[in-house]
Amino acid sequence: MTRKLHLSIWLAGAAITIALTAGESATAQDIKIGSVLSATGPASFLGAPEEKTLRLYVDKINAEGGVLGKKIVLVVYDDGGDPNKARTFATRLLDEDRVTAMVGGTTTGTSLAMAPIFEEARIPFISLAGAVEIIDPVREYVFKTPHTDRMACEKIFADLKARSLVKIGMISGSDAFGKSMHEQCRKVADKFGVTILADESYGAQDSDMTPQLTNIKNKAGIQAVVNPGFGQGPAIVTRDFRQLGIAVPLYESHGVASKSYIELAGAAAEGVRLPAAALLVAERLPADDPQRAVVLAYKQAFEKATGEPVSTFGGHAYDGLFILVGATKRAGGTDPKKVRDEIEKTAHFIGTGGIVNMSATDHLGLDLSAFRMLEIRNGDWRLVQEDR
Amino acid sequence: MAEFLQFCFSGITVGSVYALVALGFTIIYNASDVVNFAQGEFVMIGGMVTVALLAAGVPLPAAALAAVGIGALIGVLLHRLAIEPARGASPVALIIITIGASIFIRGVAQVVFDKQFHKLPAFSGDTPFDLLGASILPQSLWVLGGAAAIVIGLHAGFDRTIVGKAVAATAANRLAACLVGINTKSMMTLSFALAGAIGAIAGILVTPITLTSYSVGTLLALKGFAAAMLGGIGNPLGAVMGGLLLGLIEAFAAGYLSSSYKDGIAFIVILFILLAIPSGLIGKRSVERV
Amino acid sequence: MLALQAPNRSVTLALLCAVIAVLAMVFPSGYYYRVAALVWISAIAAIGLNILMGYAGQVSLGHAGFLGIGAYSVAIGPARFGLNPWLCILIGMLLSTGLAWLVGRPILRLKGHYLAIATLGFGFLTALVLANETRWTGGPDGMAVARLSVAGVRLTSSVAWYWISGTLLVLASAVALNLYDSATGRALRALQASEIAAATSGIDVARHKLWAFIIAAAYASIAGSALAFFDGFITPDAAGFLRSIELVAMVVVGGIGSTVGSIVGAGLLVTLPQLLTVFVEYEQVALGFIIMLVMIFFRRGIVPSAQRFIVRRWS
Repeated sequence: MTRKLHLSIWLAGAAITIALTAGESATAQDIKIGSVLSATGPASFLGAPEEKTLRLYVDKINAEGGVLGKKIVLVVYDDGGDPNKARTFATRLLDEDRVTAMVGGTTTGTSLAMAPIFEEARIPFISLAGAVEIIDPVREYVFKTPHTDRMACEKIFADLKARSLVKIGMISGSDAFGKSMHEQCRKVADKFGVTILADESYGAQDSDMTPQLTNIKNKAGIQAVVNPGFGQGPAIVTRDFRQLGIAVPLYESHGVASKSYIELAGAAAEGVRLPAAALLVAERLPADDPQRAVVLAYKQAFEKATGEPVSTFGGHAYDGLFILVGATKRAGGTDPKKVRDEIEKTAHFIGTGGIVNMSATDHLGLDLSAFRMLEIRNGDWRLVQEDR
Repeated sequence: MAEFLQFCFSGITVGSVYALVALGFTIIYNASDVVNFAQGEFVMIGGMVTVALLAAGVPLPAAALAAVGIGALIGVLLHRLAIEPARGASPVALIIITIGASIFIRGVAQVVFDKQFHKLPAFSGDTPFDLLGASILPQSLWVLGGAAAIVIGLHAGFDRTIVGKAVAATAANRLAACLVGINTKSMMTLSFALAGAIGAIAGILVTPITLTSYSVGTLLALKGFAAAMLGGIGNPLGAVMGGLLLGLIEAFAAGYLSSSYKDGIAFIVILFILLAIPSGLIGKRSVERV
Repeated sequence: MLALQAPNRSVTLALLCAVIAVLAMVFPSGYYYRVAALVWISAIAAIGLNILMGYAGQVSLGHAGFLGIGAYSVAIGPARFGLNPWLCILIGMLLSTGLAWLVGRPILRLKGHYLAIATLGFGFLTALVLANETRWTGGPDGMAVARLSVAGVRLTSSVAWYWISGTLLVLASAVALNLYDSATGRALRALQASEIAAATSGIDVARHKLWAFIIAAAYASIAGSALAFFDGFITPDAAGFLRSIELVAMVVVGGIGSTVGSIVGAGLLVTLPQLLTVFVEYEQVALGFIIMLVMIFFRRGIVPSAQRFIVRRWS
């Protein structure tokens, strides 16, 4: 027993020593960028590609000479989707690692928990989360790159209205993403003349949604079904949708904007429509589309480096990083106030999510045209032609 | 009528998944009085390993067999490296060890596999059976059949074979089994291996329906544990009954009451059942010796 | 079985105060104060759970539910009802203890793993309600919490909360240690050893179990309120299953039955993820490994094992 005790004490001591002495050995000349991502936990589906993208491109930028001649040092922490932990890591980034900017915050919960800290410390924070609350009301130092869930609803409803399918049923995931988008959809429904006749929800980890879909199927007058959700839930909803033989059109959200949705849902995904960034249909974009070059390059680089299909979440991280890099270059240094001002002046930045034009009142910079309406045909994405 | 039947089918589909997980809990509990919170991870291993091997070009039957083998192996390692050295520790301490093990296994899975969701092809196709206006996936019947086969197999094994009887003896009274010459340590290891294998089989059977990723184990362990307690922990048939009942309650709650509270309603119903029948549906009534 | 000398109550409390004071002198930055404050807050909840699990021997896998109630009371009260934040701390405690009384009476009749499932269900349900009722609670994305002010000064810094939660911890420990030696404490320890023997010697088993449950709920509620005020933000995961398991792990790893053990357990489980970031993608592997290692080699918990070691060495 005493020997084991000794052993354990040694091990503990060693571990603590490693922990305290390890860490990025950066010089004062480097640009330190922090990132708190949910690489594990329920949002790892989003956080993992974000982390891979950031690391991939920081290495690339450094290999090509860095920014303003300085190397970028990326400090990444994994919050596991826990806002409390995220806040602790944010404090660590500011107090210990002394970062001058932050690109991260995979989920709305973690982003909202960290935003006040960066705001108070006057360090620019570019969030990678979806909810509109992150930038509305506008906080001086907080920005974001992904389209808001409200925009997704508006895009879907606009398409529904164009097809005269105004009576709908909704089935939403009960995770943060699904619920938030569900709330936004309810808020904007009237603007488009859409009535929600049935409103069901499912647990994010559920494996069978036939009870909820049966209720929707039995509701008379439903012309289309919208499914706000992300992860594996929508794939199962899609499969069950076909299993029950529901004949009306199904709309998914931008949360499933990744090839794996098509793989998981299989043949059931035929005919499903969803709003997504141009990144997903990179090859199909017309030659004169301004985003074509950027998204193709990112898609190829990501898929080559990771062997995984590209996802729009990784794309948001790409946009965040390059908006920051661009602003740093224009600011001529890492002074947080100057960088913040330059981020706010981002104009005509061509990212994977769209063309970004920020302003003092708009810390996102995207409009509805950044979303493309896609339809799944023969196991692949197709752009739905629309009036621009 | 059709919708009632559809809810039933949904309940059976989900319930059979819980039943398989609950079976694994029961086997380990029977042998060693340990509630193994890492049971869900065995299911995850079954699914993820098969997916990985399939992607590497191994044909499905061989991949499945390998996954079951790996599941059994992890069960053995769990017992030998984590549970056995802590023999004599309090039940709560053992639970914490199994929780640590589940975190460990999940952590390894994250590194070895990826964080995406994956699917396995359904064994007999995706076309649903239509029955009286309701439909059920063929894979659900495979899962149900698998659960039934395992229960029958376990029953036969414990009753008819010497090894099975030895395991049952170890579960009944470890000291007495030791005294009659049974190597109780090996029997316990065998039980863990069996639970690991069953968990892996469960994973392979259910992945076409539930999809799999490195983190599916946590919630499955929770629901499986609830199902095992509901049926009366220690009884394999009870585990299956508990699982099916839990699935049905969830389906009916989702269909008739509130789809956002279905999990909560299910727990409340379990609570009421346990208050009425304190040792679960067909659990042994425990006698407290003074 | 070696007879362990229970350390003098006052000495323990004095040592605790000393540790809190000394640490404050060596911390180099706000980050350390934050982590320590989180340790003190978690320790308060763990000590409460220890009273239930360690003194009374009842397992609870849903304890974070009460933490969530305490946290959301101070979030919702001021935001939706315009109530005074200090008052909301009290309301949170009333709600938690009230719910504990209501739910405890039936479920404490269950034993062992059945009780575990019932408490699990309670925690699960609480987290579910907090996540679903978006209009009140902000849903899974959580809600902001108005900060506490004392004499016009807003309490936001990690240093301030380090001292506040440290003080709360000393008070909480004092009460717990006192309880251990009191008549109620002895009754609880008796019923843990054998319910039937305790009942035959005249102890009202059901009532004492309920008391332990209620006290534990009160502790968790205070910890939850402190957490919400400290973070300025709260989400339903604070009441979730993983948080409940974490609390149980703190109590067990530190040593069931030992108040100091709960503090040590909290210290380990809160600081470990911070230390393990060096392992990057192997963090979870390392965490699981360490938990298993600690429980295998210190199976009674860290503090009791350390006590035995010391006693053996010096006797």
